[in-house]
Order: sequence, then structure tokens, then C-alpha cells
Amino acid sequence: MSEFLQHLVNMLVLGGTYALLGIGLTLIFGIMNVVNFTHGVLYTFGAYIMFIVVQQFGLNFFLALPVAVLAGWLLGAAIELTLLRPLRGSDIDTTMLVMIGAWIAMQSGTLWIWGGVAKSVSTPFPDAPLVLGPVSVSWLRLFVLAAAALLIVVTYLLINKTSLGRAMRATFQDHDTASLMGVNVDMIYTSTFAIGSSLAAAAGALLGPVYVIFPQMGDLAAVKAFAIVILGGLGNITGAVIGGFILALAEELGAGYVSSGYRDAMGFVIIIAVLIFKPTGLFARAERVG
Amino acid sequence: MTRALGLVGTIALATALFGGTAGAQTIKIGVNEPLTGAFAASGTYVVNGAKIAADEINAKGGVLGKKIELVIEDNKSNPTEAAAVAEKLITSDKVPVLMGAWGSSLTLAVMPKLMEYETPMVVETSSSGKITTTGNPFIFRISPPSAIEAAAFKGIVDKLALKKVDFLVINNDWGRGTAEDFSKMMKDKGITIGLVETMDQGAQDMSAQLSKIKSSDSETVIVTTAVDQLTLIFKQAAALGLKKRIITTGGSQNPDQIIAQAGAAANGTMHLTTFLPWFPDKTPNPEATNYFITEWKKRGFEFAGCTESFRGYDGIRTAAAAIEKAGKAEPAAIKAALWDINVKGLNGDIVFRKSGPEGKESGQSQPNVYLIEINDGKVEMKTL
Repeated sequence: MSEFLQHLVNMLVLGGTYALLGIGLTLIFGIMNVVNFTHGVLYTFGAYIMFIVVQQFGLNFFLALPVAVLAGWLLGAAIELTLLRPLRGSDIDTTMLVMIGAWIAMQSGTLWIWGGVAKSVSTPFPDAPLVLGPVSVSWLRLFVLAAAALLIVVTYLLINKTSLGRAMRATFQDHDTASLMGVNVDMIYTSTFAIGSSLAAAAGALLGPVYVIFPQMGDLAAVKAFAIVILGGLGNITGAVIGGFILALAEELGAGYVSSGYRDAMGFVIIIAVLIFKPTGLFARAERVG
Repeated sequence: MTRALGLVGTIALATALFGGTAGAQTIKIGVNEPLTGAFAASGTYVVNGAKIAADEINAKGGVLGKKIELVIEDNKSNPTEAAAVAEKLITSDKVPVLMGAWGSSLTLAVMPKLMEYETPMVVETSSSGKITTTGNPFIFRISPPSAIEAAAFKGIVDKLALKKVDFLVINNDWGRGTAEDFSKMMKDKGITIGLVETMDQGAQDMSAQLSKIKSSDSETVIVTTAVDQLTLIFKQAAALGLKKRIITTGGSQNPDQIIAQAGAAANGTMHLTTFLPWFPDKTPNPEATNYFITEWKKRGFEFAGCTESFRGYDGIRTAAAAIEKAGKAEPAAIKAALWDINVKGLNGDIVFRKSGPEGKESGQSQPNVYLIEINDGKVEMKTL
């Protein structure tokens, strides 16, 4: 029983960060319909910003987080302006190829600057964990969970309750009509991509100090983000959050009770099942086709 | 058109000339190591150790009157890449001997290429038994296979009063081979084997496996993986309140890095290692050890890397000694000469003995294995 409780606590902590990765990508992949291969690189970018700000400049850990989020926003905006804007209207394959190129170029750039050896970031949290009866969890991970929850709520409110969010949804539903209604469509494209990117950078900035930081760290994270988005249904923020927790649960229980060798395979088994039985994702609303 | 042709001709001639002279002035040794990916830290240390050996040899006049030149390639911690890198080094750089490829799965992937091109390789780190038992006569290993590690550990098993043991190993030839060899030895000693948990080489979150181990009724966990994953395991085990005795194997632990990054969580942990940079006078060749450590520090590398980098140093010295003995930089002659060398290695004399099926034996030297314990943030030696 105590083992099961520990697995559940691990799931909550892991799920929070998966959810954060998922909502960033669901904005870009689900709503903007851009197959964003740079999502993992932006995750890595956020982690390296933490490393630079905390370890190289010696700034406060908590100050470094907003810096990483802002840097992710700026890099996302730059990618949209230089790569995606000229390609708007071209087919999905062309955009996908360009994004793959950007992914490889940026990852190689990171490798070139920082080398392949992993870096770690020190945190102000105590080494001793919080112990609650049979389960224990590190303070750093609790903080990461809280920060992820906050970012998820802020994003949800931004998309569903603000005029910017309404304009975003309108633009990606019907680009021309939104434009006729006075929405600055170009600005909406850039800000949506930038917001999604800043969420990826935030996830990297939060998780980098938990694990170690290296140029390829974003690859597995990106694959998982795509899994979560497909699981939750494209463009569905609530779906991405629940999808994140489902993936974490599958990994924890799969490793705990089935076989740890297949831990990373668990999520993909679920995706195959979802694509076969409910291809629009677990939480997709009924939709008119054609 | 004629001018263009002339230009092409000049370039071709120049390339041939420069290529030719460069080849004649240096003797190349191919280095196939993981410089990116899961084993980047370890591979980089090995390469830095290799460079110290090359510089030392060249400062003394090189081999056969020529300087040695290391051709270093990154195998990205990926077996497919490791095989491609070996092919590139042999066919394009024309190296007569290689050193590599750090991990067992990486080395096993390279082995068919060695057969195909009949080029010998000094294996500096890999510990899977399969490497020297499958009948590849181009393999010369200076690191201990996991069976030798297990045999060395056998002596201390009673003193540690082990009763039930869990394993947490990297999910590749190295980790699974270690779990197999250690389980066999321990079962003979009457020790019960509990869980055998694995982790992917790139995995960063081992909380699920550690939670399972935390709830088991064993008192000891044997952990096999490289330093980056080890520090994550120590941190995550501490966060989960795992109180069992942890013993690591494989010789890629860099204990000082664990002390620095895992802090108090490292106290009481034991590590099977293949080099004693903390106690140079207790190593088999103190003079060579002191030279290496001094040079390592002089170059500004972290002391923690010594336990890994010495293998690169010994590996290159082994290859160079074989070239000298062969009298020419040709694969077949070097392969034959490797059987006759005796190098004063930092972890014992490097002399190859035959291992594997008759007629196509691999070479295996008999390095020492040590058990160290971390107490109060310091490394102590345990007698095996």
C-alpha cells in the first residue's frame, strides 16, 4: 500500500510538468496547426537559461524563472517572425521540414556552445525531503508542481477569459472572418507561438534543476509532449492537462507493477490505443466534419 | 573548360601531396567515444586522458620516429553511430588501430566492423562478458569484464553480511550483464536475489523504480550505470527516503562528483572501482599514477574525472606500445604485437591473455578491482 501511495505522489509531481509541456504544444500544434519540432529545443533553451542565470551570473533561483519564461517568449516570437511568417499559407509538409531544420540547427548550436557534458543547477531547497507517513517527496518537486499548476491556470484563463484569448480562438477557427472583424491576425500568430514557446521554456526551467541539463534533453520531452497533445485532443487545454497526468500515471504504474524496462513505452502504448479507438483524442468535443 | 580542368587537377594533386605527406609524418590512432548523449561526461573524460598519453608519447619523440595523431570521433552514445564511426575511421582516416567505444553496447556494435576490415581495437571501458567470449580476434580489452568484478567482490560479501539484494541497472548489455554475473556469484554464496529493475540509458526519472525498491524487503541495492544517471539516482533515492545500502559497479562512478552533487546522500555508499587516484601510492605503478594525476590537474580538469580518464590514458599507451613493437603502422602487425606487449598501466600491468573460443581468441588483461566507501564526504578504501 505504501508503495502504491508513493507511486501516486510521484505521478502527481511528474504529471504537473507533463501537463505544462502539453499545454504549450497544444496551443501551437493543436490550435495553430504547426507541427512544432522546436518545442523540445525551447524546453532545453529554458533549462540552459536557468543554468546561465543561476550558475554563471549567480542570480537568485526565483528571479531566474521569469527570465527563462521571457527568453522563451522572445525566442518563440523570433522563430514565428523569421521562419513561420514567410511560410504562412504553404502546406504543412514544408512547414514541418523547416521546423525540423530549426530543431537540428538549434540543438547543434547548443552543443557547439555548451558541449555535450551535462550541467546541473543548484537550488535553494533543502536536501531532506518532506516526509508524510509512508511517502516522501522533495521540496524542489513540490515547488515545481505548484509553479506548473499556476502556469496552467494562467494559460487557461488567458485563452478562455481574455479578449486576446478570444481573438486567438477566432483567428484559428476562421482566419479571414477574424481579420474582417478587426483582429490583427499577424500579431495573433506571433503571440500564440510565443506563448506556447514560453510554456515549453518554463517547463525546461522548472525541470532542468530537478534533473541534469544537456543539449538533447528536449528530444524525449518533445516526444512526450506530442503524446500528451494527441491523448488530450488537439487544441484542448483541459485535455492536455489530464493527458499529462494520465501519461505520468501510466509510466509510474507501468514501471512499478509491469516492467521498468518499458517505462517510456507505456505512454506510447496508450497513444496507439487512443488513435485506434478514439482518434480525435480522449477529450475531443463532437465536431462537424466536412 | 581547359582552365577549369587544370584547376581541378591542381587541387587533386595538392590534396594527394598534402594527404600523402601528413600520412607519412604521423601515425594515426582512431578514438571512438561518446562525446554527446547519455555518456557524454564519461566519454569526454576518456578522450582527455587519451590526449595526455598522446602528448606524453610525442614529447618523448613519438613512436617509430613519428608523432602519433589521435583521430577523435563522437559515437553519440548510440550503437548505430559507433559502428558508422568505426567504419569512417578505418576506411576514410586509414587508422591502423582504434580505441573505443566506452559502452558495452557501443563496443559490441563496432565489433563486426573490426572483423570486416581486420583492424584491432583496444577496449578501454566496456565490461560485458560477451565482448571477449564471442570469438572476435581483433578485440584487446584492458577493462575488467563484470565476471571479474563479481569475483573480486566475492571476497567481501561475507564481511558485509549481505542477505537479500535488489538490482537497479542500465537497460543495455553492460547493466544486464552485470546483474547476471553478480546474481550468479551471490546465489552461490547463499544470498537471495530480489528485484532486478532496469532503466533506459537516457532516463532522467528513476523515482518509480526506486519507490519499488524502497518497499522491498532487501537490505542492499546494487546499482550499475554511469555518473550522470548515478547522481540523479542518489538525489532521487534521498528524496524518496530510501535507506538501503547502495553499492555501485562498473568503474564509471566518479565518486568525487557523487560527493559533490549528492552530498550527505552519498555517505555510506560503496563503489567498485578500477583506479585509486586518492591513494596513488597504493596503485600498482605509483610513478605513472602520480605523473598522470599531476598532468590531469595541470590541465585544469576536475579531479573527479580521474577514475574514468585513466582508461583513455592507458588505452592509448597500449596502442602505441603495440605500434612500436610491430615496427610498422599496419593493422595485422599491430594485432600480432598486442599479444607481446607489457605496459605499466595505472591499474596493473597490461598483458593480454587469451579469452573466448579457440582459434579466434580475444585479448583480455587482468586489471585490479577495488572497493571504496564514502564516509563523511571522503573516499576510504576497503580491503577486498
